[in-house]
Amino acid sequence: MLIYLPLAEVSVDVFLLLLLGGGVGFLSGLFGVGGGFLMTPLLIFVGIPPAVAVGSEAAQIVAASVSGVLAHMRRGNVDFRMGGVLLAGGLVGSTLGVQIFKLLQGLGQIDLFVSLAFVAVLGTIGLLMLVESVRALRRRSGGRRAAPVKRHQHLWIHGLPLKMRFPRSMLYISAIAPFSIGLGVGILAALMGVGGGFIMVPAMIYLLGMPTSVVVGTSLFQIVFVTANVTFLQAWQNQTVDIVLALLLLVGGVVGAQFGVRAGAKLRGEQLRGLLALMVLGVAAKLLVDLVSTPDDLYSLGSRSKAGA
Amino acid sequence: MMRSALALLALLAFAPAAKAQPLVADLSSHLIAITTGFAGTELLLFGATEGEGDVVVIVRGPDSETSVRRKARVAGLWINRDEMRFAGAPAFYRVAASKPLAEFVPPALRQRYQIGTDYLRLQAPADAAPEEVASFRAGLLRNKEAQDLYDAEIGRVSFLGPRLFRTRILFPANVPTGAYSVEVLLVRGGQVIGAQTTPMFVNKVGVGADIYDFAHDWAAIYGLLAVLIAVFAGWAAGAIFRK
Repeated sequence: MLIYLPLAEVSVDVFLLLLLGGGVGFLSGLFGVGGGFLMTPLLIFVGIPPAVAVGSEAAQIVAASVSGVLAHMRRGNVDFRMGGVLLAGGLVGSTLGVQIFKLLQGLGQIDLFVSLAFVAVLGTIGLLMLVESVRALRRRSGGRRAAPVKRHQHLWIHGLPLKMRFPRSMLYISAIAPFSIGLGVGILAALMGVGGGFIMVPAMIYLLGMPTSVVVGTSLFQIVFVTANVTFLQAWQNQTVDIVLALLLLVGGVVGAQFGVRAGAKLRGEQLRGLLALMVLGVAAKLLVDLVSTPDDLYSLGSRSKAGA
Repeated sequence: MMRSALALLALLAFAPAAKAQPLVADLSSHLIAITTGFAGTELLLFGATEGEGDVVVIVRGPDSETSVRRKARVAGLWINRDEMRFAGAPAFYRVAASKPLAEFVPPALRQRYQIGTDYLRLQAPADAAPEEVASFRAGLLRNKEAQDLYDAEIGRVSFLGPRLFRTRILFPANVPTGAYSVEVLLVRGGQVIGAQTTPMFVNKVGVGADIYDFAHDWAAIYGLLAVLIAVFAGWAAGAIFRK
Protein backbone atom coordinates (compact mmCIF):
# COMPACT_ATOMS: atom_id res chain seq x y z
CA MET A 1 0.00 0.00 0.00
CA LEU A 2 1.55 3.25 -1.12
CA ILE A 3 1.31 6.38 0.97
CA TYR A 4 2.13 9.84 -0.32
CA LEU A 5 4.39 11.56 2.21
CA PRO A 6 3.30 15.19 2.20
CA LEU A 7 6.68 16.90 2.77
CA ALA A 8 8.99 14.30 1.26
CA GLU A 9 6.68 14.51 -1.81
CA VAL A 10 7.24 10.88 -2.69
CA SER A 11 5.03 7.81 -2.51
CA VAL A 12 6.47 5.04 -0.38
CA ASP A 13 5.09 1.67 0.66
CA VAL A 14 3.63 1.93 4.19
CA PHE A 15 4.76 -1.59 5.04
CA LEU A 16 8.30 -0.84 3.94
CA LEU A 17 8.40 2.10 6.37
CA LEU A 18 6.86 0.05 9.19
CA LEU A 19 9.37 -2.70 8.46
CA LEU A 20 12.26 -0.24 8.48
CA GLY A 21 11.03 1.27 11.74
CA GLY A 22 10.51 -2.18 13.19
CA GLY A 23 13.89 -3.47 12.05
CA VAL A 24 15.85 -0.50 13.36
CA GLY A 25 13.67 -0.50 16.51
CA PHE A 26 14.51 -4.18 17.02
CA LEU A 27 18.22 -3.39 16.72
CA SER A 28 17.98 -0.44 19.08
CA GLY A 29 16.16 -2.59 21.62
CA LEU A 30 18.71 -5.35 21.13
CA PHE A 31 21.79 -3.18 21.43
CA GLY A 32 20.46 -0.34 23.55
CA VAL A 33 21.30 2.28 20.94
CA GLY A 34 19.13 5.00 19.42
CA GLY A 35 19.24 3.74 15.87
CA GLY A 36 19.22 7.14 14.15
CA PHE A 37 22.63 6.45 12.67
CA LEU A 38 21.16 3.43 10.87
CA MET A 39 17.75 4.90 10.07
CA THR A 40 18.85 8.05 8.26
CA PRO A 41 21.05 6.23 5.70
CA LEU A 42 18.38 3.54 5.23
CA LEU A 43 15.73 6.19 4.52
CA ILE A 44 18.05 7.69 1.93
CA PHE A 45 18.55 4.22 0.39
CA VAL A 46 14.76 3.80 -0.07
CA GLY A 47 14.45 7.13 -1.85
CA ILE A 48 13.50 9.70 0.78
CA PRO A 49 15.28 12.98 -0.03
CA PRO A 50 18.29 13.24 2.37
CA ALA A 51 17.13 16.56 3.80
CA VAL A 52 13.71 15.14 4.70
CA ALA A 53 15.29 11.95 6.06
CA VAL A 54 17.46 13.99 8.44
CA GLY A 55 14.64 16.30 9.58
CA SER A 56 12.02 13.60 10.08
CA GLU A 57 14.43 11.24 11.80
CA ALA A 58 15.09 13.97 14.39
CA ALA A 59 11.36 14.00 15.23
CA GLN A 60 11.35 10.21 15.46
CA ILE A 61 14.30 10.24 17.88
CA VAL A 62 12.47 12.72 20.11
CA ALA A 63 9.56 10.30 20.29
CA ALA A 64 11.73 7.22 20.74
CA SER A 65 13.78 8.81 23.55
CA VAL A 66 10.96 10.33 25.62
CA SER A 67 9.82 7.17 27.36
CA GLY A 68 13.44 6.13 27.94
CA VAL A 69 14.38 9.38 29.63
CA LEU A 70 11.22 9.28 31.79
CA ALA A 71 12.12 5.78 32.94
CA HIS A 72 15.68 6.86 33.79
CA MET A 73 14.39 9.94 35.66
CA ARG A 74 12.12 7.77 37.79
CA ARG A 75 15.12 5.66 38.73
CA GLY A 76 17.21 8.75 39.48
CA ASN A 77 19.70 7.95 36.71
CA VAL A 78 19.87 11.46 35.26
CA ASP A 79 22.55 13.95 36.31
CA PHE A 80 20.57 17.11 35.61
CA ARG A 81 23.51 19.42 36.21
CA MET A 82 25.74 17.56 33.76
CA GLY A 83 22.78 17.13 31.43
CA GLY A 84 22.17 20.87 31.56
CA VAL A 85 25.75 21.71 30.52
CA LEU A 86 25.69 19.07 27.76
CA LEU A 87 22.34 20.44 26.65
CA ALA A 88 23.59 24.05 26.56
CA GLY A 89 26.36 22.92 24.21
CA GLY A 90 23.89 20.78 22.27
CA LEU A 91 21.46 23.63 21.69
CA VAL A 92 24.23 25.91 20.39
CA GLY A 93 25.65 23.08 18.25
CA SER A 94 22.33 22.00 16.74
CA THR A 95 21.30 25.57 15.94
CA LEU A 96 24.66 26.04 14.23
CA GLY A 97 24.25 22.68 12.49
CA VAL A 98 20.88 23.59 10.98
CA GLN A 99 22.42 26.76 9.51
CA ILE A 100 25.33 24.76 8.06
CA PHE A 101 22.75 22.31 6.68
CA LYS A 102 20.87 25.12 4.96
CA LEU A 103 24.08 26.52 3.49
CA LEU A 104 25.23 23.15 2.13
CA GLN A 105 21.79 22.47 0.71
CA GLY A 106 21.99 25.72 -1.26
CA LEU A 107 25.43 24.76 -2.58
CA GLY A 108 24.17 21.33 -3.70
CA GLN A 109 26.66 19.55 -1.45
CA ILE A 110 24.39 18.35 1.36
CA ASP A 111 24.06 14.78 0.02
CA LEU A 112 27.82 14.47 -0.26
CA PHE A 113 28.34 15.92 3.20
CA VAL A 114 25.73 13.69 4.87
CA SER A 115 27.23 10.61 3.19
CA LEU A 116 30.80 11.57 4.11
CA ALA A 117 29.84 12.31 7.70
CA PHE A 118 28.17 8.92 7.98
CA VAL A 119 31.14 7.13 6.43
CA ALA A 120 33.54 8.82 8.84
CA VAL A 121 31.44 8.39 11.98
CA LEU A 122 30.10 4.90 11.27
CA GLY A 123 33.46 3.67 10.02
CA THR A 124 35.26 4.85 13.16
CA ILE A 125 32.62 3.67 15.62
CA GLY A 126 32.18 0.34 13.84
CA LEU A 127 35.93 -0.37 13.88
CA LEU A 128 36.30 0.58 17.54
CA MET A 129 33.37 -1.62 18.53
CA LEU A 130 34.61 -4.52 16.46
CA VAL A 131 38.09 -4.34 18.01
CA GLU A 132 36.59 -4.08 21.48
CA SER A 133 34.24 -7.03 21.07
CA VAL A 134 36.91 -9.24 19.47
CA ARG A 135 39.21 -8.44 22.40
CA ALA A 136 36.45 -9.20 24.88
CA LEU A 137 35.70 -12.53 23.19
CA ARG A 138 39.42 -13.46 23.23
CA ARG A 139 39.70 -12.49 26.88
CA ARG A 140 36.73 -14.62 27.73
CA SER A 141 38.11 -17.65 25.93
CA GLY A 142 41.52 -17.04 27.54
CA GLY A 143 39.87 -17.01 30.94
CA ARG A 144 41.30 -13.64 31.97
CA ARG A 145 39.08 -10.96 33.48
CA ALA A 146 38.73 -7.57 31.88
CA ALA A 147 40.64 -4.78 33.55
CA PRO A 148 38.11 -2.43 35.16
CA VAL A 149 37.79 0.96 33.53
CA LYS A 150 39.78 3.45 35.57
CA ARG A 151 37.90 6.53 36.60
CA HIS A 152 39.39 9.82 37.74
CA GLN A 153 42.43 9.52 35.58
CA HIS A 154 44.23 12.80 35.21
CA LEU A 155 43.60 13.81 31.61
CA TRP A 156 44.33 17.12 29.87
CA ILE A 157 40.62 17.82 30.31
CA HIS A 158 41.11 18.35 34.01
CA GLY A 159 43.48 21.25 33.39
CA LEU A 160 40.76 23.39 31.81
CA PRO A 161 39.33 26.40 33.67
CA LEU A 162 35.68 27.04 34.71
CA LYS A 163 35.51 24.07 37.04
CA MET A 164 32.10 22.95 38.22
CA ARG A 165 30.96 20.45 40.79
CA PHE A 166 28.69 17.61 39.55
CA PRO A 167 27.60 15.86 42.77
CA ARG A 168 25.46 13.21 41.06
CA SER A 169 28.41 12.11 38.92
CA MET A 170 30.87 12.68 41.77
CA LEU A 171 33.01 14.87 39.52
CA TYR A 172 34.69 18.24 39.82
CA ILE A 173 35.66 19.15 36.26
CA SER A 174 35.70 22.05 33.86
CA ALA A 175 32.31 22.84 32.33
CA ILE A 176 34.07 23.43 29.01
CA ALA A 177 34.54 19.69 28.45
CA PRO A 178 30.87 18.60 28.63
CA PHE A 179 29.83 21.79 26.84
CA SER A 180 32.15 20.96 23.91
CA ILE A 181 30.96 17.36 23.77
CA GLY A 182 27.37 18.62 23.72
CA LEU A 183 28.28 21.12 21.01
CA GLY A 184 29.88 18.51 18.75
CA VAL A 185 27.01 16.08 19.21
CA GLY A 186 24.51 18.88 18.55
CA ILE A 187 26.12 19.70 15.20
CA LEU A 188 26.04 16.01 14.23
CA ALA A 189 22.40 15.74 15.33
CA ALA A 190 21.40 18.58 13.02
CA LEU A 191 23.48 17.49 10.04
CA MET A 192 22.96 13.74 10.21
CA GLY A 193 19.57 13.26 11.86
CA VAL A 194 21.05 11.22 14.69
CA GLY A 195 20.73 11.48 18.45
CA GLY A 196 24.46 11.12 18.91
CA GLY A 197 24.29 8.76 21.87
CA PHE A 198 26.79 6.47 20.19
CA ILE A 199 29.38 9.24 20.45
CA MET A 200 28.23 10.93 23.64
CA VAL A 201 28.09 7.79 25.79
CA PRO A 202 31.73 6.75 25.18
CA ALA A 203 32.83 10.40 25.55
CA MET A 204 31.05 10.69 28.90
CA ILE A 205 32.62 7.48 30.19
CA TYR A 206 36.15 7.81 28.86
CA LEU A 207 36.68 11.57 28.62
CA LEU A 208 34.59 12.91 31.49
CA GLY A 209 34.87 9.83 33.71
CA MET A 210 31.18 9.73 34.59
CA PRO A 211 29.83 6.65 36.40
CA THR A 212 28.12 4.33 33.90
CA SER A 213 24.92 4.23 35.95
CA VAL A 214 24.02 7.84 35.05
CA VAL A 215 25.56 7.96 31.56
CA VAL A 216 22.64 6.55 29.54
CA GLY A 217 19.93 8.52 31.38
CA THR A 218 21.89 11.77 31.15
CA SER A 219 22.69 11.34 27.46
CA LEU A 220 19.02 10.56 26.71
CA PHE A 221 18.05 13.70 28.62
CA GLN A 222 20.34 15.76 26.38
CA ILE A 223 19.22 13.93 23.22
CA VAL A 224 15.49 14.57 23.78
CA PHE A 225 15.98 18.33 24.02
CA VAL A 226 18.61 18.63 21.30
CA THR A 227 16.63 16.58 18.76
CA ALA A 228 13.51 18.56 19.73
CA ASN A 229 15.47 21.71 18.89
CA VAL A 230 16.63 20.19 15.60
CA THR A 231 13.07 19.14 14.75
CA PHE A 232 11.77 22.63 15.42
CA LEU A 233 14.53 24.41 13.49
CA GLN A 234 14.48 22.01 10.50
CA ALA A 235 10.70 22.39 10.29
CA TRP A 236 10.86 26.15 10.64
CA GLN A 237 13.80 26.94 8.35
CA ASN A 238 13.95 24.09 5.85
CA GLN A 239 10.44 22.52 5.94
CA THR A 240 12.00 19.08 6.02
CA VAL A 241 10.16 17.43 8.94
CA ASP A 242 7.61 15.00 7.55
CA ILE A 243 5.49 14.19 10.57
CA VAL A 244 3.67 11.37 8.76
CA LEU A 245 6.98 9.70 7.99
CA ALA A 246 8.21 10.20 11.57
CA LEU A 247 5.05 8.69 13.09
CA LEU A 248 5.12 5.67 10.78
CA LEU A 249 8.73 4.98 11.73
CA LEU A 250 7.85 5.44 15.38
CA VAL A 251 5.02 2.89 15.29
CA GLY A 252 7.31 0.30 13.72
CA GLY A 253 10.15 1.30 16.03
CA VAL A 254 8.20 0.98 19.29
CA VAL A 255 7.02 -2.52 18.44
CA GLY A 256 10.39 -3.61 17.10
CA ALA A 257 12.20 -2.35 20.20
CA GLN A 258 10.07 -4.55 22.50
CA PHE A 259 11.12 -7.65 20.60
CA GLY A 260 14.70 -6.41 20.48
CA VAL A 261 14.90 -6.07 24.26
CA ARG A 262 13.59 -9.61 24.71
CA ALA A 263 15.99 -11.07 22.14
CA GLY A 264 18.84 -9.12 23.72
CA ALA A 265 18.28 -10.84 27.06
CA LYS A 266 19.12 -14.19 25.44
CA LEU A 267 22.31 -13.20 23.65
CA ARG A 268 25.78 -12.46 24.96
CA GLY A 269 27.00 -8.88 25.11
CA GLU A 270 30.25 -9.29 23.20
CA GLN A 271 28.61 -11.18 20.37
CA LEU A 272 25.91 -8.51 20.20
CA ARG A 273 28.46 -5.75 20.01
CA GLY A 274 30.37 -7.62 17.32
CA LEU A 275 27.16 -7.99 15.31
CA LEU A 276 26.28 -4.33 15.66
CA ALA A 277 29.83 -3.38 14.66
CA LEU A 278 29.57 -5.45 11.48
CA MET A 279 26.23 -3.88 10.64
CA VAL A 280 27.53 -0.37 11.20
CA LEU A 281 30.58 -1.11 9.03
CA GLY A 282 28.28 -2.53 6.36
CA VAL A 283 26.28 0.69 6.12
CA ALA A 284 29.49 2.74 6.06
CA ALA A 285 30.93 0.54 3.31
CA LYS A 286 27.79 0.85 1.17
CA LEU A 287 27.86 4.65 1.49
CA LEU A 288 31.58 4.75 0.68
CA VAL A 289 31.16 2.51 -2.38
CA ASP A 290 28.42 4.86 -3.62
CA LEU A 291 30.74 7.83 -3.25
CA VAL A 292 33.75 6.20 -4.89
CA SER A 293 32.26 4.18 -7.74
CA THR A 294 31.50 5.91 -11.01
CA PRO A 295 27.84 6.98 -10.95
CA ASP A 296 25.46 5.72 -13.65
CA ASP A 297 24.81 9.29 -14.68
CA LEU A 298 27.25 12.09 -13.93
CA TYR A 299 24.43 14.58 -14.32
CA SER A 300 21.70 15.09 -11.75
CA LEU A 301 18.92 17.59 -11.22
CA GLY A 302 19.24 20.11 -8.42
CA SER A 303 16.49 21.72 -6.42
CA ARG A 304 14.24 23.64 -8.73
CA SER A 305 12.91 27.03 -7.89
CA LYS A 306 9.32 26.99 -8.95
CA ALA A 307 8.29 29.78 -11.26
CA GLY A 308 4.84 30.90 -10.20
CA ALA A 309 2.58 28.33 -8.56
CA MET B 1 -14.93 5.55 -18.07
CA MET B 2 -18.74 5.74 -18.26
CA ARG B 3 -18.59 9.50 -18.18
CA SER B 4 -16.07 9.74 -20.97
CA ALA B 5 -18.08 7.33 -23.09
CA LEU B 6 -21.14 9.54 -22.60
CA ALA B 7 -19.09 12.56 -23.51
CA LEU B 8 -17.98 10.84 -26.70
CA LEU B 9 -21.60 10.18 -27.58
CA ALA B 10 -22.44 13.78 -26.85
CA LEU B 11 -19.63 14.87 -29.14
CA LEU B 12 -21.00 12.66 -31.88
CA ALA B 13 -24.52 13.94 -31.43
CA PHE B 14 -23.50 17.58 -31.60
CA ALA B 15 -20.86 17.13 -34.26
CA PRO B 16 -22.92 18.84 -36.99
CA ALA B 17 -23.25 21.93 -34.81
CA ALA B 18 -19.47 22.04 -34.39
CA LYS B 19 -18.88 22.12 -38.11
CA ALA B 20 -17.06 25.44 -37.99
CA GLN B 21 -14.38 23.96 -35.75
CA PRO B 22 -11.90 21.57 -37.38
CA LEU B 23 -11.02 20.04 -34.01
CA VAL B 24 -12.79 19.41 -30.71
CA ALA B 25 -11.18 17.60 -27.81
CA ASP B 26 -11.59 17.18 -24.09
CA LEU B 27 -10.12 15.34 -21.14
CA SER B 28 -11.89 12.81 -18.94
CA SER B 29 -10.92 15.06 -16.02
CA HIS B 30 -9.29 18.44 -15.63
CA LEU B 31 -8.04 17.81 -12.13
CA ILE B 32 -5.64 15.21 -10.82
CA ALA B 33 -5.98 15.07 -7.06
CA ILE B 34 -2.93 13.88 -5.20
CA THR B 35 -4.39 12.23 -2.14
CA THR B 36 -2.59 10.28 0.57
CA GLY B 37 -3.02 7.04 -1.35
CA PHE B 38 -2.04 8.51 -4.74
CA ALA B 39 -0.11 6.04 -6.88
CA GLY B 40 -0.35 7.67 -10.30
CA THR B 41 -3.35 7.92 -12.59
CA GLU B 42 -4.45 7.90 -16.20
CA LEU B 43 -6.52 10.43 -18.09
CA LEU B 44 -8.38 9.87 -21.31
CA LEU B 45 -8.19 12.51 -23.99
CA PHE B 46 -10.82 12.22 -26.69
CA GLY B 47 -12.10 14.33 -29.52
CA ALA B 48 -13.29 14.61 -33.07
CA THR B 49 -11.74 16.11 -36.20
CA GLU B 50 -13.43 17.70 -39.16
CA GLY B 51 -12.10 16.16 -42.36
CA GLU B 52 -8.70 14.62 -43.06
CA GLY B 53 -5.66 15.01 -40.86
CA ASP B 54 -3.51 13.56 -38.14
CA VAL B 55 -3.45 14.46 -34.50
CA VAL B 56 -0.59 15.40 -32.16
CA VAL B 57 -1.12 15.77 -28.40
CA ILE B 58 1.40 17.64 -26.25
CA VAL B 59 1.08 17.59 -22.45
CA ARG B 60 3.20 20.07 -20.51
CA GLY B 61 3.58 20.58 -16.78
CA PRO B 62 4.42 24.00 -15.34
CA ASP B 63 7.70 25.48 -16.61
CA SER B 64 10.38 26.10 -14.06
CA GLU B 65 14.04 26.94 -13.82
CA THR B 66 15.82 23.60 -13.52
CA SER B 67 19.35 23.21 -12.28
CA VAL B 68 21.52 20.42 -13.65
CA ARG B 69 24.64 19.39 -11.79
CA ARG B 70 27.58 17.42 -13.06
CA LYS B 71 29.70 15.23 -10.86
CA ALA B 72 33.46 15.15 -11.13
CA ARG B 73 36.02 12.99 -9.43
CA VAL B 74 37.79 14.85 -6.65
CA ALA B 75 40.28 12.95 -4.49
CA GLY B 76 38.62 9.66 -5.42
CA LEU B 77 35.09 10.85 -4.60
CA TRP B 78 32.40 11.77 -7.08
CA ILE B 79 31.06 15.16 -6.07
CA ASN B 80 28.85 17.78 -7.70
CA ARG B 81 31.10 20.28 -9.44
CA ASP B 82 29.54 22.22 -12.31
CA GLU B 83 26.01 23.47 -12.50
CA MET B 84 23.88 24.88 -15.31
CA ARG B 85 20.40 26.34 -14.98
CA PHE B 86 17.84 26.00 -17.72
CA ALA B 87 14.77 28.18 -18.00
CA GLY B 88 11.60 26.93 -19.67
CA ALA B 89 11.89 23.27 -18.77
CA PRO B 90 8.42 21.80 -18.23
CA ALA B 91 8.03 19.83 -15.02
CA PHE B 92 6.22 17.13 -16.99
CA TYR B 93 6.18 16.40 -20.72
CA ARG B 94 4.47 13.87 -22.97
CA VAL B 95 3.73 13.68 -26.67
CA ALA B 96 1.29 11.38 -28.44
CA ALA B 97 0.50 11.19 -32.14
CA SER B 98 -1.72 9.23 -34.50
CA LYS B 99 1.18 8.37 -36.85
CA PRO B 100 4.99 8.37 -36.55
CA LEU B 101 5.92 12.07 -36.34
CA ALA B 102 8.43 11.86 -39.19
CA GLU B 103 5.60 10.94 -41.57
CA PHE B 104 3.48 14.02 -41.13
CA VAL B 105 5.11 16.73 -38.98
CA PRO B 106 7.87 18.74 -40.68
CA PRO B 107 10.80 19.89 -38.46
CA ALA B 108 9.64 23.51 -38.65
CA LEU B 109 6.37 22.58 -36.99
CA ARG B 110 8.09 20.47 -34.37
CA GLN B 111 10.32 23.42 -33.63
CA ARG B 112 7.42 25.83 -33.35
CA TYR B 113 5.17 23.66 -31.18
CA GLN B 114 8.04 21.97 -29.29
CA ILE B 115 7.01 18.48 -30.35
CA GLY B 116 9.39 15.85 -28.95
CA THR B 117 12.05 16.23 -26.26
CA ASP B 118 14.67 17.19 -28.87
CA TYR B 119 12.61 20.24 -29.74
CA LEU B 120 12.01 21.53 -26.21
CA ARG B 121 13.16 25.13 -25.89
CA LEU B 122 15.37 24.97 -22.82
CA GLN B 123 17.15 28.27 -22.33
CA ALA B 124 20.71 27.97 -21.11
CA PRO B 125 22.72 30.94 -19.80
CA ALA B 126 23.89 33.10 -22.74
CA ASP B 127 27.57 32.83 -21.84
CA ALA B 128 27.69 29.02 -21.75
CA ALA B 129 29.76 27.13 -24.33
CA PRO B 130 27.54 25.32 -26.88
CA GLU B 131 29.02 21.84 -26.31
CA GLU B 132 28.58 22.29 -22.55
CA VAL B 133 24.97 23.31 -23.06
CA ALA B 134 24.41 20.24 -25.22
CA SER B 135 25.78 17.81 -22.63
CA PHE B 136 23.95 19.47 -19.71
CA ARG B 137 20.77 19.49 -21.78
CA ALA B 138 21.17 15.79 -22.52
CA GLY B 139 21.75 15.23 -18.80
CA LEU B 140 18.53 17.06 -17.96
CA LEU B 141 16.50 15.01 -20.45
CA ARG B 142 18.04 11.74 -19.25
CA ASN B 143 17.25 12.49 -15.61
CA LYS B 144 13.71 13.61 -16.36
CA GLU B 145 13.14 10.43 -18.35
CA ALA B 146 14.61 8.31 -15.57
CA GLN B 147 12.12 9.93 -13.19
CA ASP B 148 9.33 9.15 -15.67
CA LEU B 149 8.55 12.87 -15.97
CA TYR B 150 9.54 13.07 -19.65
CA ASP B 151 9.11 10.40 -22.24
CA ALA B 152 11.11 10.37 -25.45
CA GLU B 153 8.73 7.71 -26.77
CA ILE B 154 5.76 9.10 -28.67
CA GLY B 155 2.44 7.87 -27.28
CA ARG B 156 -0.35 6.55 -29.51
CA VAL B 157 -3.40 8.50 -30.53
CA SER B 158 -5.88 6.01 -31.98
CA PHE B 159 -8.65 6.86 -34.41
CA LEU B 160 -12.02 5.19 -34.05
CA GLY B 161 -13.33 5.49 -37.54
CA PRO B 162 -12.35 8.48 -39.66
CA ARG B 163 -13.09 11.30 -37.19
CA LEU B 164 -13.08 10.22 -33.56
CA PHE B 165 -9.78 9.91 -31.75
CA ARG B 166 -8.62 9.07 -28.28
CA THR B 167 -5.42 8.63 -26.28
CA ARG B 168 -4.48 7.74 -22.75
CA ILE B 169 -2.10 9.93 -20.79
CA LEU B 170 -0.34 8.25 -17.89
CA PHE B 171 0.69 10.33 -14.88
CA PRO B 172 3.16 8.63 -12.52
CA ALA B 173 2.98 8.83 -8.71
CA ASN B 174 5.64 11.55 -8.64
CA VAL B 175 3.74 13.89 -11.01
CA PRO B 176 4.61 17.50 -10.07
CA THR B 177 1.82 19.79 -8.92
CA GLY B 178 0.73 22.89 -10.81
CA ALA B 179 -1.07 24.10 -13.93
CA TYR B 180 -0.72 21.85 -16.97
CA SER B 181 -1.67 22.42 -20.57
CA VAL B 182 -2.83 19.80 -23.02
CA GLU B 183 -2.37 20.99 -26.58
CA VAL B 184 -4.08 19.12 -29.42
CA LEU B 185 -3.03 19.86 -33.01
CA LEU B 186 -4.70 18.73 -36.20
CA VAL B 187 -2.08 18.49 -38.96
CA ARG B 188 -2.86 18.16 -42.64
CA GLY B 189 -0.31 18.48 -45.43
CA GLY B 190 2.40 19.69 -43.06
CA GLN B 191 0.19 22.50 -41.77
CA VAL B 192 -1.60 22.93 -38.48
CA ILE B 193 -5.20 23.43 -39.49
CA GLY B 194 -6.74 23.21 -36.06
CA ALA B 195 -5.49 23.59 -32.51
CA GLN B 196 -7.03 23.45 -29.10
CA THR B 197 -5.38 23.94 -25.70
CA THR B 198 -7.08 22.53 -22.63
CA PRO B 199 -5.93 23.45 -19.13
CA MET B 200 -5.50 20.81 -16.48
CA PHE B 201 -4.43 20.92 -12.84
CA VAL B 202 -2.49 18.63 -10.58
CA ASN B 203 -3.21 19.52 -6.97
CA LYS B 204 -2.61 18.02 -3.61
CA VAL B 205 -5.87 17.53 -1.79
CA GLY B 206 -6.93 16.15 1.57
CA VAL B 207 -4.90 15.71 4.72
CA GLY B 208 -1.56 15.55 2.91
CA ALA B 209 -2.22 18.90 1.22
CA ASP B 210 -3.28 20.46 4.51
CA ILE B 211 -0.11 19.23 6.19
CA TYR B 212 2.01 20.55 3.32
CA ASP B 213 0.36 23.98 3.35
CA PHE B 214 0.54 24.21 7.12
CA ALA B 215 4.23 23.20 7.17
CA HIS B 216 5.09 25.90 4.64
CA ASP B 217 2.77 28.74 5.68
CA TRP B 218 3.12 28.33 9.44
CA ALA B 219 6.55 26.73 9.57
CA ALA B 220 7.40 27.74 13.16
CA ILE B 221 4.06 26.57 14.57
CA TYR B 222 4.31 23.37 12.54
CA GLY B 223 7.75 22.81 14.07
CA LEU B 224 6.42 23.29 17.61
CA LEU B 225 3.49 20.99 16.90
CA ALA B 226 5.78 18.36 15.38
CA VAL B 227 7.84 18.36 18.59
CA LEU B 228 4.72 18.14 20.77
CA ILE B 229 3.27 15.30 18.68
CA ALA B 230 6.58 13.43 18.84
CA VAL B 231 6.82 13.86 22.62
CA PHE B 232 3.22 12.75 23.12
CA ALA B 233 3.52 9.79 20.75
CA GLY B 234 6.72 8.68 22.44
CA TRP B 235 5.21 9.00 25.89
CA ALA B 236 2.02 7.16 24.86
CA ALA B 237 4.00 4.36 23.20
CA GLY B 238 6.11 3.96 26.33
CA ALA B 239 3.02 3.95 28.56
CA ILE B 240 1.30 1.28 26.47
CA PHE B 241 4.26 -1.08 26.55
CA ARG B 242 5.09 -0.56 30.22
CA LYS B 243 1.88 -2.36 31.17
